[in-house]
Amino acid sequence: MSRTYILRRVLIAIPSLLGISLVLYTVLALAPGDPFGELVTNPNVPPEVRIALREKFGLDDPVWIRYVRWLSAMLQGDWGFSFVSRMDVDDLILQRLPTTVAVIGAAQLLAITVAIPIGVLAATRPYSVFDQIANTLAFVGFSLPTFFTGLLLILIFSVQLDWLPFVYRSDVQATGWKWWWEQFRQSIMPVTVLGLFQGAALVRYVRSSVLDVIKLDYVTTARSKGIGEPKVITKHVVRNALIPVVTLVALQLPVVFGGAIVTEQIFRIPGIGSLLISAILANDTPVIMGVTFVFSCLVVAFNLIADIIYGWLDPRIAFR
Amino acid sequence: MDERELKGLINQVKRGRLSRRDFVRQMVAVGLTAPVAAHLLAYSGVAMAQPASTYKPTKRGGGGPLKVLWWQGATLLNPHFATGTKDQDGSRIFYEPLASFDPDGNVIPILAAEVPSRQNGGLSADGKTVTWKLKQGVQWHDGKPFTADDVVFNWEYAKDPATAAITAGAYKDIKVEKVDQHTVRILFPAPQPFWAAAFVGGQGMIIPKHLFEQFTGAKSRDAPTNLKPVGTGPYKFKDFKPGDLVAGEINMNYHMPNRPYFDSIEMKGGGDAVSAARAVLQTGEYDFAWNMQVEDEVLLRLEQGGKGKVVINLSGSVEHIQLNNTDPWTEVDGERSSIKTKHPTLTDPDVREAMALLVDRDSVQKHIYGRTGVATSNYLNNPGRYASKNTKAEFNIEKAIAILDKAGWKPGSDGIRAKDGKKLKYVYQTSINQPRQKTQAIVKQACQKAGIDIEIKSVTASVYFSSDIANPDTYGKFYTDLQMYTTGPSAPDPGVWMQSFLSKEICQKENKWQSRNIYRWRNKEFDDLHAEAESELDPVKRAAMYIAMNDLVIKHRVVLPIVYRPGVSAASLKLQHITPSGWDSNFWELHNWYKDA
Repeated sequence: MSRTYILRRVLIAIPSLLGISLVLYTVLALAPGDPFGELVTNPNVPPEVRIALREKFGLDDPVWIRYVRWLSAMLQGDWGFSFVSRMDVDDLILQRLPTTVAVIGAAQLLAITVAIPIGVLAATRPYSVFDQIANTLAFVGFSLPTFFTGLLLILIFSVQLDWLPFVYRSDVQATGWKWWWEQFRQSIMPVTVLGLFQGAALVRYVRSSVLDVIKLDYVTTARSKGIGEPKVITKHVVRNALIPVVTLVALQLPVVFGGAIVTEQIFRIPGIGSLLISAILANDTPVIMGVTFVFSCLVVAFNLIADIIYGWLDPRIAFR
Repeated sequence: MDERELKGLINQVKRGRLSRRDFVRQMVAVGLTAPVAAHLLAYSGVAMAQPASTYKPTKRGGGGPLKVLWWQGATLLNPHFATGTKDQDGSRIFYEPLASFDPDGNVIPILAAEVPSRQNGGLSADGKTVTWKLKQGVQWHDGKPFTADDVVFNWEYAKDPATAAITAGAYKDIKVEKVDQHTVRILFPAPQPFWAAAFVGGQGMIIPKHLFEQFTGAKSRDAPTNLKPVGTGPYKFKDFKPGDLVAGEINMNYHMPNRPYFDSIEMKGGGDAVSAARAVLQTGEYDFAWNMQVEDEVLLRLEQGGKGKVVINLSGSVEHIQLNNTDPWTEVDGERSSIKTKHPTLTDPDVREAMALLVDRDSVQKHIYGRTGVATSNYLNNPGRYASKNTKAEFNIEKAIAILDKAGWKPGSDGIRAKDGKKLKYVYQTSINQPRQKTQAIVKQACQKAGIDIEIKSVTASVYFSSDIANPDTYGKFYTDLQMYTTGPSAPDPGVWMQSFLSKEICQKENKWQSRNIYRWRNKEFDDLHAEAESELDPVKRAAMYIAMNDLVIKHRVVLPIVYRPGVSAASLKLQHITPSGWDSNFWELHNWYKDA
């Protein structure tokens, strides 16, 4: 794994990010609607105001001029200015990023802690009752979309049982343990929804990967040397089986961000996903560009990370 | 209703034979607004009602947090840039106007010491000046005093075209001057019977001069206070996350005694209307939720949760069908529905009459809107009938058929009526919204029975209601025969709404489809009446003219009203003094909100 390799990968990422931004901008420009639609139906707002606003935000210029302007500002670190909130886009995104990262991080953690033991156990006893149940649940888990399981959980735990709140608050009024407890209570449903959705798919990967490894000769060798089964599994099987899984987790993270958009909307989590949705509904181009740009950076970055980790874990396939 | 009848009604109110509220409701029914109706009474010597306060708490604070849910969160907190009610409401927590409109249109003083009237010398005899006396001893949240300079500054700020303030309409044609530290005078270029547009209601909130004077015009967007409001309101700014959260804490120096009751306020945004209703009505997680665009059936079911109730308030918004006067299918000089064309069939008054008879308003109310949309048809000519609560919408397929037969529209072999080779075939568009699609279906069905073929079209709301000049599907372009949406004089002054029927306001390519006469309707009688009303000083005469204009619109079937859309919100059963007003922000009376223990 050389430094030049990483450098080259980073350099390749630049044109792809540029391409993504160009396509996004064109699609947004082609899409109908404008950010001041709400003013149109309000008879109290004189049409001059609307025209002045369009001019002020440069909406009447040709698309390519707007794109070049956006791009050159972006290159100088200026993310633009939200039409709707009249504040800087990077502030808006930074305000919301921590929540998204926390929720997604927790969900991913939950997915891994659930998926690995279940996947390994299922693979060590293939076609046993446990394996059958785990498989069925995994299929159900990744077949049910998050917007469905989310509503289902709300219906059960908030409406019927009245145990958990279904509106996520970013300003929990408490300190110390109480704060953590409130955070925990309000995060548990969104994290479960996202985590189990991810975990279900992961179970399948872990199981098949462990099944592949467990049949290999060196495992048989280890067993015949008289090493105890637990040690064989943890030290010899899982370690090797997890190599492709780690890559998959890294590659899937951007997908998780996508799934988070829906979950954030359902539970009113103030993350960048719900920001994206409201920006799209309001035709707030700079914010849409900003958020999608963050997402594309994540995709590119995690692809890179996956490649690097894979090479590091398995030197045989590392790029030399 | 003419001037004589109007005077008669006002006299009835004076003598106590007709309640104020009924009068206001009747005026709203004939196309005026509650604030104008209240102005009429005030002008005729019936003082603005200052409702006796039922506010119980005897000390400031101690009420814990107030949690409210707006399913579209506030995105900015400068009232002059507030694009929708959500932003106005968010700003109203911190900022206040000189006065507010209550549900009956009364002007209730907030930052003003009293409401201007002829008696107290606030209104001049020529109708050209209004003098506001400001409350003394009011402090901004940062401790600076609130004075006449602040009021004058807001006028300068909003009228500057470079600021591009949404509120410009209320300020661009007036002059405001400081009389002394606590008095301001508004000068109108012409006699102004409705004087409460500037500094009153949702568009009238006042921002502090000392924090904004460096940021006027083009620099307005750089003001740090845009995101951290410093106002005079009952709650001080604590936190703001656009689209998600507006948080405030109690203002211990608030200028009204014993108010506010709550220690803090949290306005949460995002999500959807149904789950917002659920959080208030069913689980009680929140105390109040705004704009319940939810089918009444669902609301009724959620109300059984026993935690909250649905609050409905009068407003002037009407869901209506527009009948195109121009031909949407012929292109002239690069535009369809050009004013140079005439609609081949819809210009026939008999066809319009038949269409009016084919809208089954009762079914629309009963099966679709319930409490959230009240059937209305003859809302113009017969207040007596309205008062008797017997406004039966005329829905009569046989009568429509008879009219069409008589006018010579004969069914063809395909069942569609035609005359001189022109068929009664229409495209009927609206935005994508379930109740609207259901209404379309009801109208289509009735039309089919009468031999009129309707093709239904629905457009995404963000496209339909946009001002995008490149898109053919906006409501302003009106490239179909019929279309339907909600509008009305929900603004405090109906004069603005009435402008939308003026010949000079025709919406067309020439003005980038930014004008308001979407119907492309031209009527000299209406134009003349409007011109006359503009210079009419006597508010009663003026109101009578507006009513006459409204009659004209309905007589010519320019629009077919279907249902009133009252304001609908959800509130916890414990929450008291919730009186949403259709003419002002939902928070106009936030300082009086409290909870019964």
